[in-house]
Amino acid sequence: MGSLESIKPPMLDTKLPQRLPPEKLKEIAKQCRIDILEMLEKAGSGHPGGSLSAIDIIVALFFHEMKSNPSDPMWEDRDRFILSKGHGVPALYAVLAERGVIPKSELATLRRINSRIQGHPDRVLLPVVEASTGSLGQGLSIAQGIALGFKMQNKNSKVFCLMGDGETQEGQVWETALSAPKFKLNNLVVFIDNNNGQIDGHVDEVMNLQPLADKWRAFRWAVQEINGHDFSQIIGALETARNETEKPTLIIAKTIKGKGVSFMENSIGWHGVAPNKEQLDQALTEVKGGVK
Amino acid sequence: MGAPSTPSNSKEKATRDSFGEALRDLGKEFSKIVVLDADLSVSTKSVLFAKEFPNRFFQMGIAESNMVGTAAGLSFSGLIPFCCSFGAFVAGRYETIRVSVGYSKANVKIVGTHSGLGIGDDGYTQMGLEDINVMRGLPGITIINPSDDITTRSAVRWAVTHEGPVYLRLTRQKLPSLHKATDFQCGRGIILKEGKDIALLGTGSTVNECLKASEKLPQLNPWIIDIHTIKPIDRTLIKTLARNCRIILTAEDHNIVGGLGTAVAEVLSEEGWNGKLVRLGVQDTYGESGSPDELYEKYGFSSNKIAQKLLSLIG
Repeated sequence: MGSLESIKPPMLDTKLPQRLPPEKLKEIAKQCRIDILEMLEKAGSGHPGGSLSAIDIIVALFFHEMKSNPSDPMWEDRDRFILSKGHGVPALYAVLAERGVIPKSELATLRRINSRIQGHPDRVLLPVVEASTGSLGQGLSIAQGIALGFKMQNKNSKVFCLMGDGETQEGQVWETALSAPKFKLNNLVVFIDNNNGQIDGHVDEVMNLQPLADKWRAFRWAVQEINGHDFSQIIGALETARNETEKPTLIIAKTIKGKGVSFMENSIGWHGVAPNKEQLDQALTEVKGGVK
Repeated sequence: MGAPSTPSNSKEKATRDSFGEALRDLGKEFSKIVVLDADLSVSTKSVLFAKEFPNRFFQMGIAESNMVGTAAGLSFSGLIPFCCSFGAFVAGRYETIRVSVGYSKANVKIVGTHSGLGIGDDGYTQMGLEDINVMRGLPGITIINPSDDITTRSAVRWAVTHEGPVYLRLTRQKLPSLHKATDFQCGRGIILKEGKDIALLGTGSTVNECLKASEKLPQLNPWIIDIHTIKPIDRTLIKTLARNCRIILTAEDHNIVGGLGTAVAEVLSEEGWNGKLVRLGVQDTYGESGSPDELYEKYGFSSNKIAQKLLSLIG
């Protein structure tokens, strides 16, 4: 392994992060929740629970933290976001549409034949999703490789990755947990969407991960624990991550599966089932009324 | 396709050595090459690159899935990663290769050394005997199994300049030089000798076995073909052989399920050929310890066994 310490001073960057404040992020997340529910109802299948638990984190990344350029979405110096929990992709599509990277009208084609917006992200059909994921446990390795490549080429872009909590049952995740600190990837920031739900039940029961934070600390990551629906906490955690000089950051975001829709919240049954028209109407009424 | 990096000096050489030297030499010319290994760099010969370019070599430890996924990420950052291990171990990380490399069209070069029974004493668990089969099932991955020093060097150079995933399959054991510098073209089999009625097709280490078998039977005059690229298979050449031969024999140091013999059978049956195809190789069993020569003899694809098989076929 070679030296990765010699990073050149950052170039002047004109495509700055948006840095929108929590109130604005909350408004955007509300619209994204509406889009998620509508696209899932239209598709007739998909994963509302994990999309709604992850959406606030993804909104904060795209509208507060990341360098990106909607008019040139594959701009070379952009920050990267890897959605390792690929089944949560309706949340990413909603954010990309809200950011103006894909047309809103395209959301109606989710899971339809010949659509670019596949049931799980496909980087060949739709390069802005950055990575093809959905077979759990692989996105973190990819994120690490991009971060390593940036360091090696003296690029100052950062890499953000979002995993599910159940996803971290995969062995490959722990291979990367071991390797990223070795490579001193302080340009890698990883969220765990800790909604404690997976297909067969509660994560604690299916395969208990606890003590999760201690595990990642023991693997020499800079670990933070936050409420993944509180924008000031998400922003605060990202600010802390910016100051890491050596360690990769792991943010355990406590979330609620199905957040914002009362009958979906904390319900394992809503992991992978789309709402029907009646359920959609009820859900939209609740979301438009404001997420508690 | 350019000329190989450096000419071959020694007569016999393991293709893993040719690979290691070629990669090291190409590292100077292509600054985007990076190399990953999973604690086998001394065996895969990626260590030669690591010594020359320590900042472009990533030691991943004994964790091949993470190595493959990280290579995909490195390629997304604009680099050209080679990830190296024994063929058995790296091809065994199938699901990561399937999604992070194949489906993702990642520009990753997967290098599997220690192919086949030819590794000898270490026994089955270290032998890549199903690697071609599993890699063949993934669309868009080019599979190259070179037979000598010069074509290995050409294949490495080709892999660097080709945009897309490649699986390069290499030997631990030494192999003689068979080809000229200009012989290698990806996807095009090499005719070592034109013949009549009978064709012997080898890949990697078995090309030389086919040659030696034909030398034992000068009266038969078979075609001798090196199918170094298993995918995409050279349909044109196989069709030519089908027109000219009534017996086609394939030999491979790999399970006959899903390897060279299968790829050739697919073309021949689609072409409506009504000759006799014989697939020599590991006959859908696992391997075992022994010397390479003993194993090739026991499993039926040494030059002796190929010659015996041919004689029995012509009655």
